[in-house]
Formats: sequence, C-alpha cells, structure tokens
Amino acid sequence: MVQFTLPKNSTMSEGKVWPKPEGAKNVREYRIYRWNPDDGANPRIDTYHVDEDDCGPMVLDALIWIKNHVDPTLTFRRSCREGICGSCAMNIDGTNTLACTKGADEIAAVVKIYPLPHMQVVKDLVPDMTNFYAQHRSIEPWLKTVTPEPQTEWLQSVEDREKLDGLYECILCACCSTSCPSYWWNSERYLGPAALLQAERWIVDSRDEATGERLDELEDPFRLYRCHTIMNCTQACPKGLNPAKAIADIKKKMVERRL
Amino acid sequence: MSMRAPLGRALGLGSARDGTGSFWHMRLTSIANIPLTIFFVWIVVSLVGSPYEEVVATLSSPLVAIAMTLVIVLALIHMKIGMQEIIVDYAHGGTKFVLLILNTFFSVVIGAASVFAILKIGFGG
Repeated sequence: MVQFTLPKNSTMSEGKVWPKPEGAKNVREYRIYRWNPDDGANPRIDTYHVDEDDCGPMVLDALIWIKNHVDPTLTFRRSCREGICGSCAMNIDGTNTLACTKGADEIAAVVKIYPLPHMQVVKDLVPDMTNFYAQHRSIEPWLKTVTPEPQTEWLQSVEDREKLDGLYECILCACCSTSCPSYWWNSERYLGPAALLQAERWIVDSRDEATGERLDELEDPFRLYRCHTIMNCTQACPKGLNPAKAIADIKKKMVERRL
Repeated sequence: MSMRAPLGRALGLGSARDGTGSFWHMRLTSIANIPLTIFFVWIVVSLVGSPYEEVVATLSSPLVAIAMTLVIVLALIHMKIGMQEIIVDYAHGGTKFVLLILNTFFSVVIGAASVFAILKIGFGG
C-alpha cells in the first residue's frame, strides 16, 4: 500500500536555531529542511535569520546569503538565478516552485523550505532526479521522421509552430511532477506531468512522423492514465505552463484514433 | 539495490497498449448515467408509499424494466472502473491483485443479483 506517513528514518525534528545577524533591522525567519547522508541522523529543521537589507529580494538570494554569511554547509542546487535552468526547484511556503523567481515578500512571515516532495533526498534541498530524467528520456524527446531528410531544414508553417507554444518552454525543474499525488504513489510507472508535457510537444510537432508510435508507447494504464486531472501540476508550474491540458490532449488523441 | 540503468528501469515492462478502453467507458457511462439516474430517482420517489401491486405493475412495464436494468448495469460498470482506478493508485503488489479480483467479482455478483430481481418482477415471478 501507499505510505501516507513518513518512514521512521525520515521523520523530522527541530534543528539548530542560528543566531540573528547583529544590528539588522529587517530580519526574516527561514525554516529549512536539513539532512546529511553522512551523519546517520534523521532530518531536522534549522532556523535561520536573514538580514533583508543586506540580501536580494528572492528566496534564492536568501539561501545564498545564508550559505555565505551563516552556514556554508547548507546544500542546494542553483545556477542561472533567473528561472531558466530549473535547478533551484524546491518546496517553498507549501508550493513547489523555483527559489530564484519566488520573492520573499510574497510570503507572509516565516519562509519554510523543503526539498521537492516524495523524492529521494541526496542532501538538504537536493533531490535525486535520476528517475525523472530517465522518464523524460524514455519518451524519446527528439524529432523522428521517415521522409528522407530535406537538403535544408525541415519546414514548418507559422500556425504549426504556434502549436508548440506552451509546450517547448518546459525547463524540467520537476515542480509539476513532484506536486502530483499520482506521481508520488506510482513514480516508477506513471510518467508524470513533465514527461507527458514533453511527449505532447513531440506528438503535436508537424514535422514529427512518429506520432502513432509515440501514442502507442503512452497507451498504458500507468504511463498516461494515472493522471486524474487534479491539476496540481498546472498550479505548481513556475513557467505558467499547463501540463494537465497537454495530458488531456493526449488522452483525446487516444480516443480519436480508435473511434 | 539494482544495478539496472535508470532508462531501463523507466521503460520497465513497456507499454500495455491499453487503458483508453477504461477511460472511454468511464466517460460513456457518465453521460448515460445522467438521464438514467434522474429517471431512477423519479421512479423510486413516485412509488414511495404505493401499494405492492402498483409497484410491481410499474416495475413490470417494459420501459421501466429496461431503464432499471440499464441503470444497474451502467452504474456498476462505472463503479467498477472507478474503484479499479483507486485500487491501482493506492494499492501495490499482491494486495492490488487481490483487491482488483474482489472488485470485479463484487460488481458482477451485485449486477447478476440485481438484474435477476428486475427480471423476476418484470416477468411476474
């Protein structure tokens, strides 16, 4: 059966309260999930105090500030700091989002930060994305054609290109998939919203000639049909995309091709 | 601990090439059950407090008997698929198979008993 409670070695306890910065007027409290694979201890929640006058406006700025000024052991992924690389996806204030595009001022008081839900944790806020990436790879996210390759590029009309809008922008941050209960319970067999959004991206591509094959591969009670359209994915997406609609479109095509 | 590559694990046993049937039947039975359920409730409410003979007479009329049979069969198909989805979502391993078998048996037995009851009334048993 599905596990609704945390396993014993994952239950959290109150961690260290780090001192407030001296002389700071604008202080915000951050409560952050910490887990170190090397010390054998259970996860804990550490409390930090960030001097907002000395720090950028985003939650990622605060994390970097903490790492630079308070606790260099705090571990998280980040790269572009402008919402295009998808590295800093984490659960902030109860929602999966990118730390770099989430303003600290969007949160009323204490900022609570956890790693993406229901993923194996590597350390602190770093989840293991291996299965998530493998699932993206499994939908074969590249152009597949039978028609001999043209001398120049594959042509696509403006209207057909527009069909890719809302699909190609995905940055694979995994905010959507890890917000989906179906993905929590069956992540080894259900592809999850991110991989399915990318599947749709290649299914609707006018240049791609493997549409039927792609639909065949998705036609599965688990891979596709674990989606029950609860739309957590759409609500979570920090890029404003709509994976739930993409999945609904795939299901529609499944019915269309057999009626 | 498996040393299988992540892609191999993600591909697993491959696609079952199935699932759209249940998906489509769930929608079909949903649509059909809207008028059927309204009819069912209307018939039952209109018969409240009626004498035995009148109830039997109403349920024996072809239109009502056919509608009642459809309500039972389509609602059970809908219920069976719905419960199957829940089981597949939450139950794993051996439990899942046991529950799926019980779900199918339960639906079929309830369906057989209900249809038999409708026929018995309909044909004046």
